[in-house]
Amino acid sequence: MTTTSPTTQPGERVLPARPDWPDATGHFGIFGGRFVPEALIAALDELTEAYEAMRVDPAFLAEFDRLQRDYTGRPSPVTEVPRFAEHAGGARILLKREDLNHTGSHKINNVLGQALLTKRIGKQRVIAETGAGQHGVATATAAALMGLSCTVYMGEEDTRRQALNVARMRLLGAEVIPVTTGSRTLKDAINEAFRDWVTNVETTNYVFGTVAGPHPFPAMVRDFQRVIGDEAREQVLEREGRLPDAVLACVGGGSNAIGIFTAFVPDDGVRLVGLEAGGDGVDTGRHAATITGGTPGVLHGARSYLLQDDNGQTTESHSISAGLDYPGVGPEHSYLHDIGRAEYRPVTDAEAMEAFALLCRTEGIIPAIESAHALAGALVLGRELGPDALLLVNLSGRGDKDVETASRWFGLGDREEVDPGPGLDTDQQPTDGAVTQGDAVAGPAAGDEL
Amino acid sequence: MAASAGERGERAGSRGSRLADRIAAARTEDRAALIAYLPVGYPTVEESIAAMVAAVEGGADIVEIGVPYSDPGMDGPVIQEAVDAAVRAGVGIRDVLRAVAAVAGAGAVPVVMSYWNPIERYGVERFAADLAAAGGAGAITPDLIPDEAADWIAAAEGHDLDRVFLVAPSSTDARLRSTTAACRGFVYAASTMGVTGTRATVGDAAEELVRRTREAAPGLPVCVGLGVSNGDQAAEVASFADGVIVGSAYVRELIEGRGADGVRALSQDLAKGVRP
Repeated sequence: MTTTSPTTQPGERVLPARPDWPDATGHFGIFGGRFVPEALIAALDELTEAYEAMRVDPAFLAEFDRLQRDYTGRPSPVTEVPRFAEHAGGARILLKREDLNHTGSHKINNVLGQALLTKRIGKQRVIAETGAGQHGVATATAAALMGLSCTVYMGEEDTRRQALNVARMRLLGAEVIPVTTGSRTLKDAINEAFRDWVTNVETTNYVFGTVAGPHPFPAMVRDFQRVIGDEAREQVLEREGRLPDAVLACVGGGSNAIGIFTAFVPDDGVRLVGLEAGGDGVDTGRHAATITGGTPGVLHGARSYLLQDDNGQTTESHSISAGLDYPGVGPEHSYLHDIGRAEYRPVTDAEAMEAFALLCRTEGIIPAIESAHALAGALVLGRELGPDALLLVNLSGRGDKDVETASRWFGLGDREEVDPGPGLDTDQQPTDGAVTQGDAVAGPAAGDEL
Repeated sequence: MAASAGERGERAGSRGSRLADRIAAARTEDRAALIAYLPVGYPTVEESIAAMVAAVEGGADIVEIGVPYSDPGMDGPVIQEAVDAAVRAGVGIRDVLRAVAAVAGAGAVPVVMSYWNPIERYGVERFAADLAAAGGAGAITPDLIPDEAADWIAAAEGHDLDRVFLVAPSSTDARLRSTTAACRGFVYAASTMGVTGTRATVGDAAEELVRRTREAAPGLPVCVGLGVSNGDQAAEVASFADGVIVGSAYVRELIEGRGADGVRALSQDLAKGVRP
């Protein structure tokens, strides 16, 4: 599904082949493009031009590779999880451990690239949006590392419930601005970041957190995140002598999923499965499963699937996972869905939390609740595919900061000994006194999508 | 200054355009056109329509009829506050079409201002057909650049509607040429880099942008928006532009409870301003 052959650079670095999409103006079939005020076009053109020059520049690639290795800790390992996989119908499950990156998720991969680009175009200030706070933390981290001033927009509601990540960003020297417009959530934080950018574009670069937004963000963020799949494909081939049967990842905006999918897109025998946040269930209307339950439209600068009403107004999404709680999705996912190369399935809050607990208790790994959606998808797909299936799951982030949400979900009181244990009742619901699914307060998740 | 109204009429991009005709008519009175923006549905659909009619009574030549949208990325806090309320109330294109008819009935030229998704959701062809039938002159699309507008331009052609795209101080000369070439009626010059809202000064950037835009598209009317809120500022802009677009100041009249009377009085002040 790709045509361009690898390009050998003057150094030793060989750039992996890019997919055929997007086209020169950022379209993935009917999706993508640029739906932004004219005032931003010059900045987007500048970014596109600088990025296209930088991505093949040996000096940039050497610096980027050095940071990935020495700062982030790449390559991240692949871990087999046999005790967890006992619950997946005999399938074998491998985890790509993005949770072990510095700052605790895949977000740092993209942010380091965009921060280097910011310096290259001579701007001294970066802005970012954040939902659960992880992209904000990663951006604040890269800004501190590279001496850039940093402003992060975050929905007021999220700053309250994600106080820990707000504190992290401030410790790192970033300014955090609570957004009080609209629904006061991630989508409004993105609106506010765009308003800042259009006003301060001469001095400021927008470090976008996912594979959504106007061109060049979807392609650029993909290129920075594809290291996940490039590494994992080699690691799996080396240890197993074959490719996995399926690659699974959670999808909010979709950057960790695109990151692990891209290397496998040309491998027609490998199923690509994105797990969307099903919230209370897609049929309840309280969910964030954009491709499963949405329709094509335009939001935040690109055409893609989105959750909208008959008037074309964006509707509110719902998920226990703050990082997946977004009514849009990156345009490349919409394209991969429409051409049938990837499939997208919803995972409810309850299914995700069951998988979350199972991984904790069987493998000693606390996943981000976002990533737990991919784990839940693997349990189901493993049972469908049967024994000997080999599944690769992107563990996009760690769950340290989800402990409060998880404790409430499982009714784990301060002194109370409650054992959700392996082999959890699959129908388990929150116990009395716990926050119910609908009320669940999403924790400051580490593997958030945005 | 600009080309004469007669020359303007010759320009292919403005032939048959009701917006260009109205701006040319203002020019024959030695003044700039006054363009008032108000969103449909704030505080209610009926009151917003009454406010639009009052804006016309006070002297607005053209009314920019705003379609409420949940994610108005180009608007500042004043307009956001108003449209958020309208979005929550479920205001949609059907209500907008009623406002279009009312403004036409009041004697001004109605032009719809909409972010792209509400139009795409309604159906581009259906929107063009219904807008034309309601008496609308065309639409201003702040987040739709001509590069992405093939469907809209075709539908607008089919129904003889104007399409107004935006230029900004950051637009290159090449983009000024391509964007103005896609416009019919007028081109919206965003005076400053930023979002809608009232400002103490409009700034030199606006005049320079108008000059560059005229150079790129001789004969296409250039109207200036973003930051104009009173008669003095309107006079300043009218000295170099073909039309003066005022939005947040009108909305503020409604937010602060002065209703249609406040809107009418503001129009009167601005209408004096656009006369040199």
